[in-house]
Amino acid sequence: MAVRFNRLTAPLQAYFVPSPQRTHRLANGLVLLGEVAPSFDSVAFSFLVPSGCVYERDEEEGLASLTCEMVLRGAGSRDNRALVTDLENLGVERSENVGVSQVYFGGSTLADSLPPALEIYADLLRRPRLPATELESGKAVCLQEIRGVEDDPDQKLMSALRRRHYPSPWGRPSHGREESLTPLTIKDVERYYNSHYGPKDTILAVAGSFDWDRLVEQVERLFGDWKSPAANGQVHTGAQPADRHLPYESGQSHIGIAFPSVSYRDPDYFQAWSAVGVLSGGGSSRLFTEVREKRGLCYTVYASLQTQLDRAAVFCYAGTTAERAQETLDVTMAELLKLADGVTPEELSRLKARIKSSLIMQQESTAARSSAMARDWFHLGRVRPVSEVSAIIDAVTAETINDFLRRNPPRDFTIMTMGSAPLEMPHGIS
Amino acid sequence: MEFRRAELANGLEIIAECNPAAHSQALGFFVQTGARDEADDIAGVSHFLEHMLFKGTPRRSADDVNRQFDEIGAHYNAFTSEENTVYYAAVLPEHQTACVDILADIMRPSLRTEDFDTEKQVILEEIEMYLDQPPYGMDDYIKRLCFGEHPIARSVLGTADSITALSAQQMRGYFEQRYSPGNMLVAAAGNVDFDKLVADIEERCGGWERFDANRELPGAKVQTAFESVEQSASNQQYILQLGLAPAGQDADRYAAKLLASIVGDDSGSRLYWELVDPGVAETASLGHYDYLGIGMFYGWIACSPDDTEECLTRAQKIYQQVQAGGVTAEELAQVKNKVKSRVVLASEKPRSRLFNVGGNWSTNREYRTPKDDLRAIDDVTESEIRAVLDKYPLTEQAVVSVGPRKIVV
Repeated sequence: MAVRFNRLTAPLQAYFVPSPQRTHRLANGLVLLGEVAPSFDSVAFSFLVPSGCVYERDEEEGLASLTCEMVLRGAGSRDNRALVTDLENLGVERSENVGVSQVYFGGSTLADSLPPALEIYADLLRRPRLPATELESGKAVCLQEIRGVEDDPDQKLMSALRRRHYPSPWGRPSHGREESLTPLTIKDVERYYNSHYGPKDTILAVAGSFDWDRLVEQVERLFGDWKSPAANGQVHTGAQPADRHLPYESGQSHIGIAFPSVSYRDPDYFQAWSAVGVLSGGGSSRLFTEVREKRGLCYTVYASLQTQLDRAAVFCYAGTTAERAQETLDVTMAELLKLADGVTPEELSRLKARIKSSLIMQQESTAARSSAMARDWFHLGRVRPVSEVSAIIDAVTAETINDFLRRNPPRDFTIMTMGSAPLEMPHGIS
Repeated sequence: MEFRRAELANGLEIIAECNPAAHSQALGFFVQTGARDEADDIAGVSHFLEHMLFKGTPRRSADDVNRQFDEIGAHYNAFTSEENTVYYAAVLPEHQTACVDILADIMRPSLRTEDFDTEKQVILEEIEMYLDQPPYGMDDYIKRLCFGEHPIARSVLGTADSITALSAQQMRGYFEQRYSPGNMLVAAAGNVDFDKLVADIEERCGGWERFDANRELPGAKVQTAFESVEQSASNQQYILQLGLAPAGQDADRYAAKLLASIVGDDSGSRLYWELVDPGVAETASLGHYDYLGIGMFYGWIACSPDDTEECLTRAQKIYQQVQAGGVTAEELAQVKNKVKSRVVLASEKPRSRLFNVGGNWSTNREYRTPKDDLRAIDDVTESEIRAVLDKYPLTEQAVVSVGPRKIVV
């Protein structure tokens, strides 16, 4: 029967039934999280493996990506081609992403395909072949990615901004540099794999249509005897770049601005996140209204709060034609500074409506559910049920946000520009 | 899931795939108008007009439109293609009427001259943005090269010149020719109260006057050609390939889609193994795009400039081999498994069902369930793929290279 929502004024909490999320810890440290939702035909899984790029030494930037690429080039009884072919025959829509702390291996597929897909992922994570014969191809794929970024101006700029804003190595782009990737050998890949792939701090989250008890049994069988490498958590600091303008032959100017914020596990996180939501998000958000709608200065402008475990920042981007770049920078900066004066109850109520529909629509995607669980565990050491998120959102008011903004006004900006000429920086900006 | 349909006296059709188990709903106006319906002096007007629909009505300012969409937590947007302009929103079921009220209202916009002048700057910014990133405007260029004066080859964005010269009066004239209730469709998917939807649409749109909005559907001929365009700011070399393929109404479009996946899916395809897996190209893909009366196979390769000839040679060899030998039973079985899984995954979200249901109805006046699509995929045979290859040879393409190097073949 239809669930009808007619409670416009009901608190967000009233929309969610108690969460059916499950947790199982393997003796070796691997954590299995599950959310059984039998109404779906699909199931999604997310592995987070603590093998991100902050563990690279400066001179081997790109090694985490190369290792991830090589892990996919054959494992267990399957060579490179058999691995891809078998996963496709199981209908697994897979994706991988190398982050600063972790590498994500994820997939979505039909319910019946989960057990055989996990068998393949156990091979991939535990028994990759790392074939020397594939090294040049794997490296070529990584080098292609680096060259691709060069033709993607906003990605190039924002990547440079992140590197400049965060203390090294926390702003490191995972794709590495051509000169650091080129000399890497299969021994480097083996070393990186052997020191950073293991069950300790690895998270597997599964959401959708599956049987929890059978999943626990299978994951114990597949991963129970996996051994962790010796201590591997050391990060390596590199040089901090100083340039704040990237020359770029183009009629376009790209502007990136960052300022510090609070991370996901901070009690103030949802205050900070809501403040950014007022700045950017809906069509009535401040940046979209002031920069694009009223002045027509650009097509794209946004701000988003990005969080790592121990640090977070708001990153803003605006792309415009060179002649209008200075005005775009000035108007955008003015909006960021004005945020310190606080948000209005009307802005907050619109924001809450958007959050509510986002949280509910997220429930319609098994992939979104599994990655949210994995992310929660990484940041909090537990899964935060959607009912708890709702209660937190219900408690956010304009006053709580403004109290946060008084204590944490946007400041300590890092600005980077890219285009034919540098822009004049606002006073006091590094 | 239940399919429902209604039609107002003025010709406005309303269709919905109602799924009471869904948490949300998506709804949209699908207007049958786009670049193919434009003339040279108004090139880009469909897309510009799409922006202008968010700029206010007699009842709402532009701020009101954005603010009220946000007040109901709508995930809303619009897009313009060669033949459709679609305005859509995903909302919680409790906001259905409020959402219909905004969407229906913006379909009768004020088109005020001062808003037109401000938004023109945003459009020009958008054109500049696309010209500054791959493929540097060559997507428009290759359509012209391949399909000549066929309307499908018209640019969706237009050019900086055509947009600069466009007047608000010309836009109003275009609107009055195209936004007839008989030339649009209201589609919905998810947790939809259909009877209420029809009543709400009738109340707001029932008074719209119907007029004729025709579209020409000429046949197309492919010009095979190769051109190389230098773009010194680019780091990579890009190769675009375009050829004729089954149209949106053709029964063999499923065979064409599976063929394109076997040859050029992002993963596990022939192009993938020959070009991407060995790292010779950054990306290499082939897709099938269908429109009313015409379809296209569209290939795309990005590579290091020095490897351009190598990539062209390898891609041509793949096209020649598949043209000569067809596909294998194993390839067909694998691609069916892959594509069927995608159909099921996509069917779980009302937002993706909206585009599927609305698109199918716009093109074919046909409702298809995900199960219908799964069956159509299962039914494709090797000989049907052979027939597609015979009718639309992959070796007959227009090819454009763009990047730092001038390529001679």
